Amino acid sequence: MKKYFTLENVALGLLIGVGGGYMLNPDETKALPIQELFYLLGSIGFVVGLKMMGKPDTARRGNQIAAIGMIFAVVAALVFGKEGEDLHNVPLILGAIALGTIVGTMMAKKVQMTAMPQMVSLFNGMGGACAALIGLMEFHEMTAVFASVDSEGGQALVAAVMALTGAAAEMQTQLGIIYAGLIIGTVSFAGSMIAYGKLEGKIKDLALPGQQFINLGLLASVVGLAAGHTLGYLDGTFWFYIVLVIAAVYGILFVLPIGGADMPVVISLLNSFTGVAAACGGFLYDNNVMLMGGVLVGSAGTILTVVMCNAMNRSLTNVLLGKVGGASAAASAGNSAGGSIRELQATDVAIMMKYASKVVIVPGYGLAVAQAQHVCHEMELLLESEGVQVKYAIHPVAGRMPGHMNVLLAESSVEYDKLVEMEDINPEFATTDVVLVVGANDVVNPAAKTDPTSPIYGMPILDVENAKQVVVLKRSMKAGYAGIDNDLFYNTKCGMLFGDAKDSLQKLVSEVKSL
Amino acid sequence: MILDFIYENIEFIYLIFLMIIVGIELISHVPSVLHTPLMSGANAIHGVVLIGAILVLGKAHSDDYFSLVLGFVGVVLGTLNVVGGFVVTDRMLEMFKKKDKGGKA
Repeated sequence: MKKYFTLENVALGLLIGVGGGYMLNPDETKALPIQELFYLLGSIGFVVGLKMMGKPDTARRGNQIAAIGMIFAVVAALVFGKEGEDLHNVPLILGAIALGTIVGTMMAKKVQMTAMPQMVSLFNGMGGACAALIGLMEFHEMTAVFASVDSEGGQALVAAVMALTGAAAEMQTQLGIIYAGLIIGTVSFAGSMIAYGKLEGKIKDLALPGQQFINLGLLASVVGLAAGHTLGYLDGTFWFYIVLVIAAVYGILFVLPIGGADMPVVISLLNSFTGVAAACGGFLYDNNVMLMGGVLVGSAGTILTVVMCNAMNRSLTNVLLGKVGGASAAASAGNSAGGSIRELQATDVAIMMKYASKVVIVPGYGLAVAQAQHVCHEMELLLESEGVQVKYAIHPVAGRMPGHMNVLLAESSVEYDKLVEMEDINPEFATTDVVLVVGANDVVNPAAKTDPTSPIYGMPILDVENAKQVVVLKRSMKAGYAGIDNDLFYNTKCGMLFGDAKDSLQKLVSEVKSL
Repeated sequence: MILDFIYENIEFIYLIFLMIIVGIELISHVPSVLHTPLMSGANAIHGVVLIGAILVLGKAHSDDYFSLVLGFVGVVLGTLNVVGGFVVTDRMLEMFKKKDKGGKA
């Protein structure tokens, strides 16, 4: 397959599009139909692209088609402006786009595969901030009309004329939409930044006492103040900025108490928020492609959030109220079964695996953190050459995002058939000699099946304890992301090999070779 | 007042309703392997908010520095969302592709 989705080609397409569009001479009569046609093509690109992204073999093409749709939409806006009105500040706009393109491409190209989730969160925050800024500027412009009239009497006259012509009602609707975009965009931005910080490990979980009530109060005051101002019960432009600040605080407090393991769900939810904020922009500017793209993402993102929750066998409310990782988890950690663990050396594990007939590797976040996917693949090939059957057991929420492990292992060119999903691998553990758990914890915790008080109770897990031997590669006895102890480690079948996943796997590779 | 609002925006309301259904249908039967790239792809698509930033910066007066600065930042952020979103998604999906090719070859 030819690589046609390079930065150069995209930039070239953009340039040809803008240049060609200007040459078409955007006089009003011709411009509008062409602009609407471009917007239509953009919308079709989004829908068809998203559809194709739902199947593994068409996914990449789907993303490209969505991107091409975006180019059509953006070019149409750049060349023809809003409903044929001339666009000012074009050099400034093009400069900003160029800057954003260069920085965005560099960030996206440089990021490690392990850091993908926070990168998505970061870009999502940018979109939210963009929506909020639009709201801010539209409000600024709206109030500028009044501010430009000096005397109070003059302002009253303007207001009276507007009321007579029906402009006041229209402005009220506009203010409502501006508020919606501002609030949703701000919450999405603030929340995404917190999610980013958490995944980067820079921000810790923090729950205030009575947090749920504080959050509810903040949400109610944001909505109440915005509605009051829109409907004219509250007067003065400062209300707008107060709402902005409260919305930002709400966004922060909304994400802060939620455990790191649930961040993917939160990011997906904030993603759909930004979609709705974009749709508000579409409403404001009578712009169909913004409206369609925004609503599409809003709805698809919401469903994706629910699907992710289902994969963890938890409800969305349960995730959002932060039931995992908080105080309840700490309480149940204490009463978990103690007992002794068995520490193994790399040599022991190497012997075990070399003389096994079937080895199943369970990758988790530890593998991603240690960047151990390549050495893991190396070990897999080595064992296969020794006649051992090797498979990977992929838990739907292993890592920090659904599909995280698949992406990671695909990067080190592990064959697709070797990655076996949970439902298919679980019956196979009974015939497995050695299970190698690499940096996974909660997804193999039997408490999910046996302990109703456990915060992860009910989550489907990999039944690794059915195998003859289990080896856990782990840096320390520290609990996993759910913050709870794991009985598996005290199981008599289970041995621990402590150390960084990459180092341990490298040791295993050299031990197997030297045997 | 609400009736007026609905009447005046009825086409938008139809559009919103249909797009919600389309969004639900598109995502409902997707293997979990593709959840992350899909989220990332959808993330890039809502970058269409960039158009709003372009339009609002495009009507700012050349002496209105408040709007010029905010608008510039808005367009940069919107572009980051679009370009970064699509490139990251492409990088994720590229890996699926590479592995396919390796399998066939």
